[in-house]
Amino acid sequence: MDPECSRLLPALCAVLVDPRQPVADDTCLEKLLDWFKTVTEAGPSLLLLQENPCLVELLFRVLKAHDPRPRVLSFSLRLAGLFAAQEDCFQYLQVTPSSSVSQQGELLPMLFGESGPLGGAAWTAPTVRSGWLQGLRSLAQHPGALRFLADCGAVDTIFSLQGDSSLFVASAAGQLLVHILALAMRGPAEGHPSPQGCDWPACAQKIVCHVEDSLRSTATPQVTQALNVLTTTFGHCHSPWTQGLWVRLSPLVACLLEKDPIPASHSLVDLLLSVARSPVGSSDCGLWETLAQTLSHLSPTQAGPLALGILKLQDCPQALKTQAFGVLLQPLACVLKAAAQAPGPPGFPEGATGDSITVDTFLSSKSACVGLLCQALAHLELLQLLPQRPSPWPQAPLLRAAVAILRFCHGSAAPTSDVGGHLCAVLAGCVRVQRAALDFLGTLSQGTGPQELVTQVFAVLLEYLTSPDSSPMVLKKAFQATLRWLLGSPKAPSCCDLDPHTQLFLGELLPVLRKRLCSPCWEARDSGLEFLTQVTRHWGGQAAFRHALLASEVPELTGQLLRDPESYVRASAVTATGQLSSWGLYATPTGPEHPEVQQESLFTELLHILSTDSEGFPRRAVMHVFTQWLKDGHADVAEDLEQFVARVLQAASQDLDWEVRAQGLELALVFLEQLLGQPGSRCPYAVALPEAAPPATLAQVLQALCRVQLFEFALRALFDCDRPVAQKSCDLLLFLKAKATPCGGPQEAGASPDVVSVEAALQRWQAGEQGQPLGELEPEAVMAVLRSMDLEGLRGMLAKSSDHMEKSPQSLLQDMLATVGVLGENEADCY
Amino acid sequence: QYCLSGHPTLPCNVLKFKSTTIMLDCGLDMTSTLNFLPLPLVQNPRLSNLPGWSLKDGNAFLDKELKECSGHVFVDSVPEFCLPETELIDLSTVDVILISNYHCMMALPYITEHTGFTGTVYATEPTVQIGRLLMEELVNFIERVPKAQSASLWKNKDTQRVIDPGSSMEDDGSAEELFGAVQVTPLSSGYALGSSNWIIQSHYEKVSYVSGSSLLTTHPQPMDQASLKNSDVLILTGLTQIPTANPDGMVGEFCSNLALTVRNGGNVLVPCYPSGVIYDLLECLYQYIDSAGLSSIPFYFISPVANSSLEFSQIFAEWLCHNKQTKVYLPEPPFPHAELIQTNKLKHYPSIHGDFSNDFRQPCVVFTGHPSLRFGDVVHFMELWGKSSLNTVIFTEPDFSYLEALAPYQPLAMKCIYCPIDTRLNFIQVSKLLKEVQPLHVVCPEQYTQPPPAQSHRVDLMIDCQPPAMSYRRAEVLALPFRRRYEKIEIMPELADSLVPMEIKPGISLATVSAVLHTKDNKHVLQPPPRPAQPTGGKKRKRPSDDIPDCKVLKPLLSGSIPVEQFVQTLEKHGFSDIKVEDTAKGHIVLLQEAETLIQIEEDSTHIICDNDEVLRVRLRDLVLKFLQKF
Repeated sequence: MDPECSRLLPALCAVLVDPRQPVADDTCLEKLLDWFKTVTEAGPSLLLLQENPCLVELLFRVLKAHDPRPRVLSFSLRLAGLFAAQEDCFQYLQVTPSSSVSQQGELLPMLFGESGPLGGAAWTAPTVRSGWLQGLRSLAQHPGALRFLADCGAVDTIFSLQGDSSLFVASAAGQLLVHILALAMRGPAEGHPSPQGCDWPACAQKIVCHVEDSLRSTATPQVTQALNVLTTTFGHCHSPWTQGLWVRLSPLVACLLEKDPIPASHSLVDLLLSVARSPVGSSDCGLWETLAQTLSHLSPTQAGPLALGILKLQDCPQALKTQAFGVLLQPLACVLKAAAQAPGPPGFPEGATGDSITVDTFLSSKSACVGLLCQALAHLELLQLLPQRPSPWPQAPLLRAAVAILRFCHGSAAPTSDVGGHLCAVLAGCVRVQRAALDFLGTLSQGTGPQELVTQVFAVLLEYLTSPDSSPMVLKKAFQATLRWLLGSPKAPSCCDLDPHTQLFLGELLPVLRKRLCSPCWEARDSGLEFLTQVTRHWGGQAAFRHALLASEVPELTGQLLRDPESYVRASAVTATGQLSSWGLYATPTGPEHPEVQQESLFTELLHILSTDSEGFPRRAVMHVFTQWLKDGHADVAEDLEQFVARVLQAASQDLDWEVRAQGLELALVFLEQLLGQPGSRCPYAVALPEAAPPATLAQVLQALCRVQLFEFALRALFDCDRPVAQKSCDLLLFLKAKATPCGGPQEAGASPDVVSVEAALQRWQAGEQGQPLGELEPEAVMAVLRSMDLEGLRGMLAKSSDHMEKSPQSLLQDMLATVGVLGENEADCY
Repeated sequence: QYCLSGHPTLPCNVLKFKSTTIMLDCGLDMTSTLNFLPLPLVQNPRLSNLPGWSLKDGNAFLDKELKECSGHVFVDSVPEFCLPETELIDLSTVDVILISNYHCMMALPYITEHTGFTGTVYATEPTVQIGRLLMEELVNFIERVPKAQSASLWKNKDTQRVIDPGSSMEDDGSAEELFGAVQVTPLSSGYALGSSNWIIQSHYEKVSYVSGSSLLTTHPQPMDQASLKNSDVLILTGLTQIPTANPDGMVGEFCSNLALTVRNGGNVLVPCYPSGVIYDLLECLYQYIDSAGLSSIPFYFISPVANSSLEFSQIFAEWLCHNKQTKVYLPEPPFPHAELIQTNKLKHYPSIHGDFSNDFRQPCVVFTGHPSLRFGDVVHFMELWGKSSLNTVIFTEPDFSYLEALAPYQPLAMKCIYCPIDTRLNFIQVSKLLKEVQPLHVVCPEQYTQPPPAQSHRVDLMIDCQPPAMSYRRAEVLALPFRRRYEKIEIMPELADSLVPMEIKPGISLATVSAVLHTKDNKHVLQPPPRPAQPTGGKKRKRPSDDIPDCKVLKPLLSGSIPVEQFVQTLEKHGFSDIKVEDTAKGHIVLLQEAETLIQIEEDSTHIICDNDEVLRVRLRDLVLKFLQKF
């Protein structure tokens, strides 16, 4: 601990125990604990306590206080635990009475034993109970701690805290039990203890017996607690003894399956999966049987997560995987069956044929039905993306099921069966299921399907895109799914153009998109524009797409939306028109209501948005578009490159939004790279490489940079109050410096007269007076300034987080003291 | 309850309840007009040159009256409407008519003027005013056309007379009492300006009449659901006519199609009523037109009552939703159409004649009536714009089938968009409402108890409640499931003073009352009986009044039950022997075989049957009485 902190510590301890002083807030105490944690981890705690007796003093005085404040008490418990984590310090605290005050007693038993806060009024505060548990958690690191726990009867208290009203306390109690169990089993019992437990350490034996009793209990909360403890144990401890533990407890767990209803099914699933993932699982074949049994006993909703967990396991028997997959598929099989007009094509593999229990769940209530369907869809979606997904993957029936669900939700299905009628009534207009099904359908686009099914998919997507009843979120999902299916659709074999089915679909889609762009609901306009941007990005070069798009009114409408009242829509419209324009698909609007903009190019219009829009999103979008245009060599840009860069930088430099300014630097960098050639390496020290531009060109480049006022922009940004902007600018200037330095011959060493004025301006900027213009710059002057600046040093400074000064423990202590005014008074006393 | 209308959204029911006869709404089913040819404002060669319709055998005796257009046959005459049943019940016996909203009062003149009706019509102030506008518009539409041949009942004076005697009520829960028997109270229903549901209640029964209610946040005051709780019977009418169309989606559809049409240089025609959804549409457009770049497009609202409708909407602040009410205090007009008018974006005219023809500019958007497309200025625009595919007609009113409405205009090139906006309750909202207010019984038109015929698999599109709703159809009489068991009777204070209650069970006290029951205006009062005339005054006392009931001293009343075993023991103590007890369905029979006597003990009676032995009977009676309480 540094001496300054040592000096401040006594005062802080005094403040903490002084009931008249306001308690520092929780975050300060947490930070303080974090700091102590690093200190104790770095060195011997004993020494720390001996050098700072005020700490032990603090613990004693908190204990002796009549009415200790819960926060401080909790803090003290945790602090004591941190110190006692080291065995020598533990012993010191256990036997050493306070030295300076006339207080006697053994500190640790007083803190954690029955005479401590445990019985007192403060115990009613959850934070104290939580502190007690966390203190013990830190303390329990060595065999001595185990004896201590046994002596002070802490384990029984922990048992009771498992059912605490505060969830944090209850959860901490469970975890502490696991920790103690693991600690007890470490050392002498390491190895393979017998399942009977005769050779288990007493402490472990006690905990395991408690778990056994809880598992036998008829009260569900008790069972849940036991299962949670076991789940954590198998999740965290992978020593051989866990094998014995499972052998001992698995019969009790199996007994739970025989009860009806199965208690704590959720926790049971967690436990079984935790065991299956642990080393125990790979060696115990009884486990697979238990899993199979559990799958068949649980209700469809409860079994879903278990089935997914099983399918994610690396090594588990094929039969079990098949069973689990069947469980996941069952709800969809049910839907397929309900939707079928006549016996349809072969559906899901055996074991997934919509059993009566699933049907019952569907019929029981709307929420059960919706919950089960959404769960199944989400699980299957997850599964599809995994490498270990079941094979063969029933792509076609899944597609059919997804389409059927979407039809039910839309009310367009006409089922004949009773279950179908019920599903139709329950799902009609259900946004939750619609969203889940559309997501799932989108994921299915990765696979293929028979053409007739793909046609159905597009038909149902079109239904959703067209329907006025689709909620904005559903519409967005429908657009996303459509995009995935469109991009996944096969190309015509003969040429590289779109296949006829897709072309046909596009013909129907574009009028819908057109209408959505006119929607009064801004979310609809926004998702329509996003869709257009994505499609154009991928298909901008496809003749059929270009033809269809140009024939529709969509590009004109997109231009119209640049003036949308909603800023998100404007931003999306900017991106979309930028994309359209890159592909030559954008014609400047010539609408009757805006004759004045008829002559303007899109560039002018976007520049106008950049300099006048009141919201940040559209301006950021414009900068992205411009950067992209510059990269792509867009025609509007290539016409007069310098003019383009100059105007954009000028607009960006005055922007209030730091992201716009940062993007301006990005654009400047692209410009630089285009002038100077791609940097082989951005490392500033790899300078003397042959790709550096030849001197003659460099002079021209620097001239050009001066003309577009890139230097002024970058130098201003260097002192930007937003760190990311300054960092970017620093990188840019370093890159430039590296490129230019090798050519900077000695003939330029003589400082040009302008340097002084430039440096003076820079100093003022640094001081925050950004109003001052830089004026005309000479390339030589700029290079001289760059050479004289310590850009590397600046970069190092900027790389540190902004609160690195305030993060020091010293500053923390000072802050805490300052809030109560101690610091000032003490200093005054000193004088 | 008598059902006089088969149209669930234009109901006309009569409720007989506690000696009052109450008509609930007076809707006029106008769908019959769809079978008639449109009434053009100016001579229309296309319509007048339609071929006459002849029977298959060539008989053309009807060809003057029936015309054929695109395969449909229409009556060439002034349209006729489908009136409520007038034969089911003598309408002159109707005491009051309760109106729930301005769409449900269009048949009033037929009832009030031609049936001998002498009662009172109750409706809220905006309902009266806007209802009057709707009637005026209709009369105007039909009377101004050149070929009006038969006089309709829609005479202006009728309308005026109907409306004026009607009482209007404040919708603040104030109740009106009818003949002392029942109270009627209007509750805000959230559907239209001044629309209301009604509660009809006596002291022990409560009937709620829910008609045309909405839970959506549009311009009217929100629906009052809480007051509907504890109803014995809830009569549910006026649900949405398009349960599958969500109003929000439809408004979106409306705006998008409008914008697309206008952008391409086409005109948009919106056939509508002069009040109601049009306020919401204008508000939507107010927000939308700038974003869609339509600020330069003129909007025309053409109706004989356009001006009054727009102005009325701004003055009924207390009938508006909270948002709009607060605007009034700013002060700002509650509806933004005021600003549209100010900025000249929205212009209104009484008809296409006059100023309108000077201002008319295309492309434009025209709101005008009538939604049936059979009369009103809309007929003119259909003829004017029907030939161009650039134009669009957007149907927003749900009352008429748009395909049927369009039939006489076929073949039609203009685009037709159907965006029915019906903010009335849908079935999901109804089931939530019923769960919330928990009526004992629900009564509704039979259409609501089965899925719509076109979507028979949509079992979600019907009322689902427990016990199942009772349904009715046109011209049906339904006995409502009331069990009238109690009546409230007041006791005069001096009479109450004289009562001496006796507690017979903890918490239950009884007292006998001798009094005169006085009933007037369905109020019942117990008054002290007149004192019997003192017999002191010699011979010339007055003849005893026949009116005064005989107040002789009554025998005490008995209560309690007879424990058979103890009774038998008592009998044995008093010397009876050879006693047999038989159990019967209702109690016991005690047989005294020796005395040839039988004592029947039942829950509410005891009979002693003995063979003409009065002494024995009295002895036994006294023994029985020992077990009973007297007061």
